[in-house]
Amino acid sequence: MDATVTGAATGTAVGTATGPAIGTATGAEQPPGLRLDLAEVPLREANDALRALPDGARAELLNPAGRHNLAVGLTTACEVTIAGPAGYYCGGLGERASITVDGPAGWGVGENLMSGTVRVRGDASQSVAASAHGGLVVVEGQVSLRAGISLKGGTLAVGGDAGAFCGFMAQAGTILIGGNAGDGLGDSLYEAVIYVAGTVRSLGTDARVEDLADEDVERVKQLVEVCGFDHIDPGNVTRIASARQLYHFATHNHDAY
Amino acid sequence: MYETNHTFPPGVIADIQERASEGRYVIRGMGARRRVPMFDDLLLLTASASRYPLEGYRERCETGTVLGTRNASEPVVLEIPITIAGMSFGALSAGAKEALGRAASEVGTSTTTGDGGMTPEERNSSETLVYQCLPSRYGFNPADLRKADAVEVVLGQGAKPGGGGMLLGQKVGSRVASLRTLPEGIDQRSASRHPDWTGPDDLRIKIEEIREVTGHRVPVYIKIGATRVDHDVKLAVAAGADVVVVDGMQGGTAATQEAFIEHTGVPTLAAVRQASDALADLGLTGEVQLVVSGGIRSGADVAKALALGADAVSLGVASLIAMGCNSPTATGPDGEVLDVADDYRRMGTRPGDCHHCHTGLCPVGIATQEADLEARLDPGAAATRIANYLRSMAMEVTMLARACGKSDVHRLEPEDLVALTIEAAAMARVPLAGTSWIPGTTR
Ligand code: SF4
Repeated sequence: MDATVTGAATGTAVGTATGPAIGTATGAEQPPGLRLDLAEVPLREANDALRALPDGARAELLNPAGRHNLAVGLTTACEVTIAGPAGYYCGGLGERASITVDGPAGWGVGENLMSGTVRVRGDASQSVAASAHGGLVVVEGQVSLRAGISLKGGTLAVGGDAGAFCGFMAQAGTILIGGNAGDGLGDSLYEAVIYVAGTVRSLGTDARVEDLADEDVERVKQLVEVCGFDHIDPGNVTRIASARQLYHFATHNHDAY
Repeated sequence: MYETNHTFPPGVIADIQERASEGRYVIRGMGARRRVPMFDDLLLLTASASRYPLEGYRERCETGTVLGTRNASEPVVLEIPITIAGMSFGALSAGAKEALGRAASEVGTSTTTGDGGMTPEERNSSETLVYQCLPSRYGFNPADLRKADAVEVVLGQGAKPGGGGMLLGQKVGSRVASLRTLPEGIDQRSASRHPDWTGPDDLRIKIEEIREVTGHRVPVYIKIGATRVDHDVKLAVAAGADVVVVDGMQGGTAATQEAFIEHTGVPTLAAVRQASDALADLGLTGEVQLVVSGGIRSGADVAKALALGADAVSLGVASLIAMGCNSPTATGPDGEVLDVADDYRRMGTRPGDCHHCHTGLCPVGIATQEADLEARLDPGAAATRIANYLRSMAMEVTMLARACGKSDVHRLEPEDLVALTIEAAAMARVPLAGTSWIPGTTR
C-alpha cells in the first residue's frame, strides 16, 4: 500500500502495520479516489467500501490476485479499476457502475448485470455475462465456453474468439464477437441476436444466419465505437438469430433436441 | 373371465395408443400418484408407562423454528415448523401467490418465490419471503435479492430432479412473459443447470457472491430433488448451505412430463432419513437445518418428518388444496358460490382428481393466468383457508409431540416411531412394528 494514501472516503479506514489499507489517494502522482489493497483488506470490507461509493467516485482494487466476487452487487455510478486478474463473478449482480479489470477474469464475469459496464482488458473464462439483464460486458481478449448464456437483455462484446455454445438459451440482448465463434453458436436462442466478425465453426440447434439490415450495421457500429474494437467492420459481420422452430414442444422435434 | 395383464393393463394400452395417434407423451401438474412408501407407513409410539405424556390443550409445547443459524446474521425465525414451498407466479395466479403470502404471515411462517422472480404483491403480502435462485434466473435481480429474508439456490425439485422446468404457452401471458424476458405464448423451458456454475466448488463461490450482495445477513438454502440424497446433502453443506431443503418424489409441479413425475427420485420418507443421517455424519445436526417437502399433508406427517430429523417441512400441493384446488366450487363475480364441475369436465377431469395445472384452465383460479378464471379466487378468503389449515396442522403436531412426552416438537426423534411395512422400516431406519428389527441395520 502506498504510504501517501491517507484518510478514508467511506469512513471505514482499516489500519495496518504499513499504513491504512483502505484510503483515499491524495498524492499528485496517484489517481484520485479510493485505493484498496486486497493483500491487506479482506474482500468483504473491500466490497462494502465499494458499495458505499457515491455516484462519480473512483476506486482501485490492488493485488486482486484472482480473488472471487470482486466488486459484486454495486449500485452506484462509480468507477472501479481492478489492477490485475479477477476470479469468478467479478462485477456480478451489479447496477450502474463502470468496472474495469486490468487483466483476465474467471467464470461469470458480469453475470446477472442489470446496468453499467464491466470491461475485461484480457481473456475471460466461462459463462461471461450469464443472464445479464442489462448493461454492457466487454472482453477485449477471448472468451471461453457459454459466453452470454441465458442473456436477458444485456450486451456482450468480445474482441477476440468465443468458445463453444456462446449465446446458449439467450433470451434477449446482443452479443458481438470480434473474432471467430466456436461450436454450437446460439444454441436454443430466443430473441437475442449474435453478430460475428470472423468465422462460425457451427451453429447450435434452432440458430440460423440472417440477412444484415441497416439497423444491425448501426447497432454494431455503435458497439464497436463504445468498445474501441476498430478491427471489426460493422458492415461485414454475420447475424445469427433464432429460427423460432422450437418455441413449442413437440415430439417431432426429437432430432433437434 | 380374463386374466389381468399386469404389464399391459387397460391404462397402459390407452396411453400407448394415444401416443401412437397424437405423437406426444403426457405432461401434467401435481406430484407422483403412484403409491410409494410414505409417512402413513409409520406410527408414533406415544407415551404410556415408559414415557410421561404432557397435558394436551394445556401444557406448553414449543413450535418455534429457527432456520439458517450457520452463517447468517439474521436467521429466519418462524412460529411453526411448516413453511410454504416455492411456486412461481406464472404457474400460479397473482391472487394465489398473494394468498400464500398472507396466510404464511398470519401464522408466522415463510413463503417462497418461484421460477419467474418476486412480484411486489408477493413481497408486500409476505412477512418472511424466501427468494429462489433458479437455473433459469428468470426475473432474478439484485434489488429483489436484497429484499429477501433468505435465498434458496434451487438445484432440483422432487417432481423432476435433473429435469428443468416448463410452463406451457397458454400460461405465458404478457406479465409472465415480461417478468421472464420471453416472447408471449411460447412453451417456456426453464434450464436444468445453472448458467454460471457446474459443481459444488463453483457453487460455494456463487453462494459467497450471494452473501456479499446480501451483506451476509440472510441464510442461504440449497434445495435438491431427492435422488442421491446422502451425497447431495453433503455436497450442499460443503458448498456452504445454511439450510438444506430436500424435496421427495411426491413433490408437486405445475407442469412436467409424467415420466419424470412417476419414475425419478426417491420418496420423501426415504429422503428425510438419509438427509438427516448425512448431516449427523458431518456432525452438523442442528447447525445446518433440514427442511423436507414432497407430499406432506397433515400434522401427523409433520410430526413423523420432524422425528426423522427434519427441522421443518414445506408444503406445496397441500397449500393449494387448502385454498380450493380440486374443489367443486369457486367464487363468482359477486362473491356467490359458483359450481365449476363443468369446467373440470371440459379439461377431461373432475373435482378431486384434477392434476391439470399445466393447461392454465384452472377452474378455481389458482393455476391460471386468465383474468376471468383468476377472478374466481378471492385472495383474502383463500388466505384464511390456508391459515386455518396451517394452524390445524401445527395443533396436530403439538398434540402428538405432547403425547410423546415432548415439550418442543423438535424433540421428536426416531425412537418415537415404528413402521408398518418392511420397506418403510428400511427407509426410515425404525423398527418394524411389534419387533426390534430394522431391515438393513439390525438382525
Ligand atoms: S384445480 Fe387448479 S390448481 Fe388444482 S390441480 Fe386442477 S388446475 Fe391445478
